[in-house]
Amino acid sequence: MNQARNLNRKDKQRPKNLDLRTVRLPVPALVSILHRASGAVLFLLLPVLLLGLQCSLNSAEHFAHIKEVAAQPFVKLLLLGVVWAFSHHFFAGLRHIAMDFQWGMELTTARLTAKLVLALGLLVTLLIGTALW
Amino acid sequence: MVKSHALRLWLAQRITGALMAIYALMVGSVLYVQHPTEYGTWKALFSTGWMRAATLVFVLSLVWHAWLGMHDILIDYVKPALAHRILKNLVVLSLAVYAVWSMRILWSI
Ligand code: HEM
Repeated sequence: MNQARNLNRKDKQRPKNLDLRTVRLPVPALVSILHRASGAVLFLLLPVLLLGLQCSLNSAEHFAHIKEVAAQPFVKLLLLGVVWAFSHHFFAGLRHIAMDFQWGMELTTARLTAKLVLALGLLVTLLIGTALW
Repeated sequence: MVKSHALRLWLAQRITGALMAIYALMVGSVLYVQHPTEYGTWKALFSTGWMRAATLVFVLSLVWHAWLGMHDILIDYVKPALAHRILKNLVVLSLAVYAVWSMRILWSI
């Protein structure tokens, strides 16, 4: 029996354990993990953001200086990361609250809104990114 | 009032989240319309009474929200009692400093 099955399998694809096309994280799980990660990142970056705000409001010279600093590639990347973290956390948070009120709990809806959250977070980051630079 | 303590915290996290979302939409629209890219306009924006009041609400929401959120994260990932206590205190301390710091920024303009 076993041998027969193996023979039948010969021309089929062998199963892979870590086939990245089939083994993947469900989108809602990804959105949820990124919600936690973005919340933590925002918390950790608060002092940097406050320092920037303080400096920018201090004087015209400081404001110009902050603008220069923000124009550096590494800082740009960091700011883009902040923008993404906030937008993703924003949309995922609103989705979370909606689901707390039992809205969008069906599996298909939940998957759709998860994809929407992921896409909107990236879209807003793209829009703000291009608007700023 | 809401009776259970845990439920109250849960509700607080949602309400502070919603308040911050409203602030983000509001300030986002203002930035989009006004383009305060010069020092004068930027400073003028933060000098208005409504902006200060709204930012104050935002900061207080953020501090409370981040405290609840970081607390949840620490419960999940930092099990050893001492490390947990130390990190929790660090979070509270830094958030308290950020709150005072934000007020000083807002009211020294
Ligand atoms: C834009 C407004 C925001 C909304 C609508 C929002 C919404 C939420 C919601 C609903 C939760 C609860 C998730 C859960 O119970 O699993 C949450 C968790 C959290 N939020 Fe926010 N949030 C916002 C802004 C922020 C900001 C600015 C920070 C930065 C300090 C932050 C940090 C966190 C953290 C650290 C958690 C805990 C994550 C977890 O337990 O997985 N949030 N947020």
